Amino acid sequence: MQTARFKRVSEQDRNPIRLLIDGQVVKALDGDSLLVAVLTSGPVLRQSEFGDGSRAGFCLMGACQDCWMWTADGQRIRACTTPAREGMSVLTQPPSEALWPIPA
Amino acid sequence: MADPRIIVVGAGPAGVRAAECLVEAGLRPIVIDEASFSGGQIYRRQPRNFTRSYESLYGFDAAKARALHGAFDGLKDAVDYRPDTLAWNIAGNVLHTVSDGVARAIEFDAAILATGATDRLAPIKGWTLPGSYSLGGSQIALKAQACGIGARVVFMGTGPLLYLVAYQYAKAGVEVAAVLDTSPLSAQAKAMADLVVRPDFLARGLYFRAQLMARRVTVRNGITPIEVIGQSSVEGVRYRTADGREHRIECDAVAMGFHLRSETQLADLAGCPFVFDEATGQWRPEKDGDGRTGRPGIYVAGDGAKVLGADAAETAGRLAALAAMKDLGRSVEEAEMDRLRGKMRRFDRFRRGLATAFPWPAGLVRQVEDDVIVCRCEVITAGQIRETACAKGAPEMNRTKALSRVGMGRCQGRFCGSAAAEILAEVRGRDLSEVGRLRGQAPVKPLSVSTIVEKAE
Repeated sequence: MQTARFKRVSEQDRNPIRLLIDGQVVKALDGDSLLVAVLTSGPVLRQSEFGDGSRAGFCLMGACQDCWMWTADGQRIRACTTPAREGMSVLTQPPSEALWPIPA
Repeated sequence: MADPRIIVVGAGPAGVRAAECLVEAGLRPIVIDEASFSGGQIYRRQPRNFTRSYESLYGFDAAKARALHGAFDGLKDAVDYRPDTLAWNIAGNVLHTVSDGVARAIEFDAAILATGATDRLAPIKGWTLPGSYSLGGSQIALKAQACGIGARVVFMGTGPLLYLVAYQYAKAGVEVAAVLDTSPLSAQAKAMADLVVRPDFLARGLYFRAQLMARRVTVRNGITPIEVIGQSSVEGVRYRTADGREHRIECDAVAMGFHLRSETQLADLAGCPFVFDEATGQWRPEKDGDGRTGRPGIYVAGDGAKVLGADAAETAGRLAALAAMKDLGRSVEEAEMDRLRGKMRRFDRFRRGLATAFPWPAGLVRQVEDDVIVCRCEVITAGQIRETACAKGAPEMNRTKALSRVGMGRCQGRFCGSAAAEILAEVRGRDLSEVGRLRGQAPVKPLSVSTIVEKAE
């Protein structure tokens, strides 16, 4: 996994959880939002739909909608308002170009 | 006669105090909140398994946060509390919500909208790079998740929150690379006459600044942002100081915000008339001193009505609840309403002071270069907005949206609307108020197509 974006400053004495990001196992802590779980392991959450690069969220309060990730079955989840759970599996890219209609 | 059904939307300072007031009068309001816990953004709670104290989380506001949380927790059995629930539309006297994939339609006699605010953003070249966050977002990372948005952070923008969050980061042990304020110090001096009505708040601002300086953090006023630099991630910031010199500072994250903007979509969908606020250059629902809007049965309170801050929101929430009950024929204490109105006037004077001290940088936004992305969702540049306004002849915001897609994305213009209006006004040679505002659209946030509709309540 690439460099983590977020830096934990305290509250690190929580139960560890594991989740899959793009198929890779990463460690996070119980109580993390999905956004924090992903960004304490790597640098980005998703790709812009318009080809201008990666995105890593912006407002963290459910307003900007710039942190939507994918699940393997094509569901989408807003990472900043979704708690990270043990065994969760998320993708930073749509699961398949052929997936249509996309259940938004 | 059955009790009237009153819905409070939002469980921040305004919503909690409104609900409390209704319960005191013997009513059982429905409280809808999108978050999992009450408190709103300013008094946002950390997850249950976190252990930091109120003092460490809320600093000077620890007692207020504890009081607000305690007040709402005490109402638990007396209100119909629906957390994790999005209010996504109002049509007639029906509020539409969705929670856990189930949509509900709830009829009401009165609705108190305490929907809060988000950061107000100005587009800066490179602001879509990973590592750029809203100022409020950077505070949430720290407060609710005990994380810094990076290892070395630049705080850029304006407003009291800029200094507060930078101070909180420094105190938490995150390196603050710089605090870059677009407002000149002279503006803050000019605002002093209005700011002194809340001496405690004013002193606090000076304290944060002094603490940052004591930690040898670079604090600059009157700067012009040039660019957030980076290939695939934030690597630094370029800016110009008032003397015309250009500077570059390395960092791996930027927190940016230019004070706040109200979340007004529900009031708009309810059909409330809006007014243009000259002091801030923003539209907001028209209301009387008690929170009544132009639409009977709809009340607004807190930062979602007018950005006055958390203390004012508590007062406004209570006042709106009293107004709603009075209008429904209940007897309320006029003396209390008078007292609350008096407090609101003082808060409004302070608000004017803040608008003077930390002005929205309209001039900078109007000069933003053509290749800068304004709309983050749809990736629409300033140049595309200008071209739409000229070549396609779009005279106002909704036409510009239809023709260029600015503000048409998932955030519905929350983060580009202010800037797009400035750019449009400039290129059309109109006053800002003449180019209008983006209309609210239901759903106010994305809904899943798999949402199940339950029958109306």
